Parts: sequence; structure tokens; C-alpha cells
Amino acid sequence: MAGPPRVALLVTCLVDLFRPSIGFAAVNLLEAAGCTVEVPRAQTCCGQPAYNSGDKTDAKAIARQVIAAFAGYDYVVAPSGSCAGMVKVHYPELFADDPAMRAQADELAARTWELVSFLVDVRGVDAVNAACRQVVTYHDSCSGLRELKVKEQPRRLLGTVEGLELKELPGAETCCGFGGTFAVKYPEISGKMASDKIADIAATGADCVLAGDLGCLLQIAGRLSRAGSQIQVRHVAEVLADMTGAVPPIGAPRP
Amino acid sequence: MDPTSRAFLDNARAGLADPVLRRALGIAGVGFPARRAEAMARLPEFEALREQGKAIKDHTIAHLDFYLERYEANVIAAGGMVHWARDAGEARAAVLDICRSVGAKIVTKGKSMVAEEIALNDHLAANGITPVETDLGEYIIQLRHEPPSHIIAPAIHLMKEQVTETFRAAHTALDPARAIAEAPQLCAEARAVLRPQFLAADVGITGANFLIAETGSSIIVTNEGNGDLTQTLPKIHIVLASIEKIVPTLEDAATLLRLLARSATGQEFSSYTTMSTGPRRPGDLDGPEQYHVVLVDNGRSAMVGSEFREMLRCLRCAACLNHCPVYTAIGGHAYGWVYPGPMGAVLTPALIGVAEAGDLPNASSFCGRCESVCPVKIPLPKLMRNWRERQFAQRLVAPRYRDALRLWAWVAQRPELYHRMVEVKARLLGWLGKRRGRFRALPLAGGWTGLRDMPAPEGRSFHALWADRQRAAQRRQLR
Repeated sequence: MAGPPRVALLVTCLVDLFRPSIGFAAVNLLEAAGCTVEVPRAQTCCGQPAYNSGDKTDAKAIARQVIAAFAGYDYVVAPSGSCAGMVKVHYPELFADDPAMRAQADELAARTWELVSFLVDVRGVDAVNAACRQVVTYHDSCSGLRELKVKEQPRRLLGTVEGLELKELPGAETCCGFGGTFAVKYPEISGKMASDKIADIAATGADCVLAGDLGCLLQIAGRLSRAGSQIQVRHVAEVLADMTGAVPPIGAPRP
Repeated sequence: MDPTSRAFLDNARAGLADPVLRRALGIAGVGFPARRAEAMARLPEFEALREQGKAIKDHTIAHLDFYLERYEANVIAAGGMVHWARDAGEARAAVLDICRSVGAKIVTKGKSMVAEEIALNDHLAANGITPVETDLGEYIIQLRHEPPSHIIAPAIHLMKEQVTETFRAAHTALDPARAIAEAPQLCAEARAVLRPQFLAADVGITGANFLIAETGSSIIVTNEGNGDLTQTLPKIHIVLASIEKIVPTLEDAATLLRLLARSATGQEFSSYTTMSTGPRRPGDLDGPEQYHVVLVDNGRSAMVGSEFREMLRCLRCAACLNHCPVYTAIGGHAYGWVYPGPMGAVLTPALIGVAEAGDLPNASSFCGRCESVCPVKIPLPKLMRNWRERQFAQRLVAPRYRDALRLWAWVAQRPELYHRMVEVKARLLGWLGKRRGRFRALPLAGGWTGLRDMPAPEGRSFHALWADRQRAAQRRQLR
């Protein structure tokens, strides 16, 4: 490959609306890993809300749009295991009966990565230049963990953050209860799952909880603050990109 | 039993608010997964075994007609009889006919989910025959007139205090002052009460974990030995099983048994693994005089050619229930019928209709833990999504939700419009939420903000900020 790899950032709809800082953290980390980053403007959402609601027609239409928008880049990277999993695992399933589209979906799937997995597994990053003097705990988001096998990579990089102490979260692999539209269609069940999750988080004694998916982080932050907790919530990329001094935690007042 | 799956939301709320259930599931939701994890760790080839188990079941289902006929021929060759039941009504009638043929008054039963599915106990009782559940959990819930809340631990929703109360209310002939506060005392009492029933029963009904085509045998696994007494003491043994329980050979059953107990309870093998082949032969010391198998279809054969075919691999181990954060939050009764948890969310709509059980495949966060622990790798989230696709296609989704989704999808396919709308929303909500950083309530977001705050956006969309950054970079280059 001549020159630095061209990476297209799959921003994700939640990062776009709620927390652009995560997108910029991803850009910084990718550039530090020797990549050229571009952001195709023809992207909106990966289509997962339609796909998981049974609306296959719209899910396919949105998938076609994403496949076209991200054609030609060396890699596609998302700061989300859920959205990367949608492209990598579910796009090929969506076009199972359409050989031509299936081939394009497979080709995109092969180039698509979750951010931290890309840094470690593809770019060979083994340390970051960041400091964070906090005790943190880490929640494994379901799609990243089970669909993309993201487990050791964030822990390895967090281990190189100066001053950071990682306390393992009991039940880290149990769902926080977000689940996209599940969170609003079944709010009591989703809320109960969030309550269990924040009880586990609080039991670690950590100052801050991290995860790799903004959906889970909104859920955890929303439940923590409703319960009156002072525990901070951040995307793991913000810590790895050394942005914790500049950007307030999720759900915290802004200056 | 009549399904209450339509009332899923109310059922779930009741489960969430039940303190006894909370305690009971708190214990089960930790204990079962921990024991399974220990069993996994002791068996390095577990992953390879899962692939083998999946292959055995896939092969069998692809040749289901062949193996069923082979099984039938071998049951007959061993001196037994096979009764084919297309639906629950035919299955109930077949069992009742056999019971009536010997004038049965008392029928003992081993644990059988198919018996629950066809509502056998009610049917027998309505026809003057007393069914006696002999599995301890089933016995407890029979006394309480409750359905099972779990497919292998039917009374898991209860603590021992409830069992003590139940026994005191039911066993009125015993000394009211007796001590039955502890589990061993409760077990001893159940054993003492059930023993005469085992001896008095005219017919014993068991389910089957596996039916073996090559020998015409059925296999049950239990931890209480009640199944053995049920099937060997009475004059008649009826095996009640659904058609997907068939496997080609004993060797195949042995492979699946290695998966089953580890996945279910974390045991390497259940305490009792009992095989039965035909009635008592001349010279046998014990065993039934008649051996009947009632083979129940009740919707399975329609699944063979459908997108739900993979569900027929299910071994009923309950690992998916034990690892499901939704099941452990709301309990099994919330699902409103016989099969709860992820396997129930797929199977129930296939058996009673998706219009009846529409909430079940939707009430999942798709965390995928069920699929990751399934011993035969059933892609449960995918199969739940298949139901959602059917519901969407058949307009069984609430119009309000459907319209909102389609409108969102329309906008999402128009990137420039989408970006403008997101930027407006980010600026507005960012400005409104700047001081607190979060919202306690938001219009149209009541579903979210009932139990959670909504973190406020940072105030600009990523795409707008990125466009600004690109323009600034271009200006620097031009200078």
C-alpha cells in the first residue's frame, strides 16, 4: 500500500447528534496511528434501527447507501461495536438472496472495523500518549464483545494511559439494557437492566465508567445521574485520545 | 393453559415488582451461569462438541421423516406402540384413550414440557383421572396451580418459604406442628407423600430428552430419580415427546448428553440418565406391561421448511434463559405461556401464533448472550428478528411506531436533509441542556426518561463541525 491508509470514519448517528467529541477522538487516534481520515458526507445511520425493527426494506436501502458512501477507502472505522457489527456481520446477511449486493456487502465487511480493535489488531498500536488520573471500570458492549470479539484490545490500551487504574467490572459482559429501540419500547425492563448495571459499577468504587458504544453510555449515564450518582461516564476513545481534560463527561454540565 | 402472552407488558411489570421473584431470580441468574462456566472450563473440547451437536441435529431435521419412521419401526419391533398426534387435541386424546383402556384412576408424571404445551393435566383431571407430578418443582407448582416459570427448574420463581406454606396448605393430613422450614425436610416430605402415589399409579407418563431411531429407545435425564419410578412401576408407560426429539443413533445421543447437562446445570452428567425400550420382556424383573409413545407435531413440521427451522435443534437445556438479562429481570411467567426466555421468544410465536405472542421476540436487547451459550448454536437473536420482520410485513406493528420508523428511514436516505435536521436538533437540545448537561424529561421521550435522564447533546453535530474544520483547513491552504 503506497502512503498512509485512507480510513473513512463511520461517525454513527448517536455520535453525530449527541457527542461529536467521540468522533474527533477517533480521528485523533486514527491519525496518530498513521492513517489519513476522511468523513464521507453521504452517511447518516447504519440502518440498524430499521433492521432490528423488522423493516428489512428500509434497512436494505440504507445499507446500499452506506455501501456506496464507503466505496474505495482502505478501511472503514466506527467508534462503535454495534454499528461496525451491523456493517460487518449483518449487511452480508441482509443481502443473502442478492449475489451482486452480497459481494459488495462482503467486500465492505472485510474493510470495516471497530475503532479500538482496528488500532490494536490492524495498526498494531500497543500504547497511547494519554494521561487520566482516575480509577476507571470498563463495560463490554454486547455487539463489540460477541460479534467482533472486542475484549482485550481496550484493556491493553487503557493499561498504557498514565495514571489510570482499571478495576474490572463484575458482570462486564452482561447487557446494560440499551438495545436501541428496546430501551424505549420496554422502558421498565431496560431500566431494571440499567439499575443492575449501575449497582455493579458502583460496587467497583471507580470514579468513571468507560465503554466503546455511545448507546450503552447514554443508558448508563442516564441511569447513574437519575440515581444521583457522581460516577463519570465516557467513551473509551476520549480517554485514549487524552481528551478528558478538555471535554466534560457524558451528561455533565458544560461550561 | 391459555396463553397470556398478549399481556406481556403487564406480566413483566408484575414480575419486576415481585420481591420474592427478585430474590429467587437473583440467586438463579448468578448460580446457573457460574456452574456452567466451571463445567466449560473443565472440558476443553466444548466448542468442538457444540459444532458436533449442531451437525447431528441439522442432519436429523433434514431427514426427519426418515428417522421418525425408523424410530417407529424399532419401537414396534421392541413391543411398543406409536401414536402420531398432529396437534395438542390429538395428543391429549391419544393419552386419554390409553389411560381409559385400563380404567386408570391415578397417573404419575415425570417432567414434560410437551405435557404443559398440550395442557395434559387439565384434560386428564376433567376426565376423572388424577395426574400427579413427581418432579419436585412440578409437584410444587401443581399444588399451587401455577404454570412452570422455567423449562428445567419449573418452581425457580419461589423461595423455600413459599414451598413450606404450600406444603402446609396441601398436606393437611400431616402434623401441623412438623418442622419443614429447611430444604431437606421439604424434600423428605415430598418423597413421603409421593411414594404411595408411585405405587398406586396405573399409568406413568414421561417426556423424552432424546428418542433414538436406531433402537426405538427413549432417554430421560433427571436429578431426582422420579422419572425411573414413573416409568417402571405402573402397568403402562407413555412416552410423550415432540417429533424433533429424535436422533439417529445412541452415539449421537451420547454426544448431545455431554452438552446437555453441562449447559443446563453445569453437571457433567445428570444424576439419572434412563433409557427405556419397549415394555417388560419375558424374564424381565420389572417394567411396564404396555409401552406407548405419543409423538406430537403441534406446529413443528411447519417449522422444518421455514426460517425458524434452526429452532428445532433446541435441547431444552435452558442455558439461554439462565443467561438472559430480560428473563432474569422479569421471570418466566411474564412470557405468558409454556416456554419463556429467548427460546420461548422464538418457539412460542411458532406454536401459538405471532399475533398472540408478538411482544416476545421484541422484548430483547439483542445482546446475543443466549446464542453464545446455546449448546447447539441456535442463532436466537436472528430468529427473533425473523419474527419482527414477519410482524412488520404483516402490519402487526403499532401504526404509530411503524410510521415513525418509516419517516425516520425516509430522512436517513436523504443525507443533506438529515444533516440539517440533526444540526438543528443538536443545537436546540444542546442549548436547552447546557446548564444541567441532561434532561429529566423531554417531549416524546417519556419512554426513556421514566427511569433515566437523557444526556444532553454537546451542541453541534459532528458533520457540521467536520465541515467547519474542512473549510478552515482549505482557507489556511489558500492563504
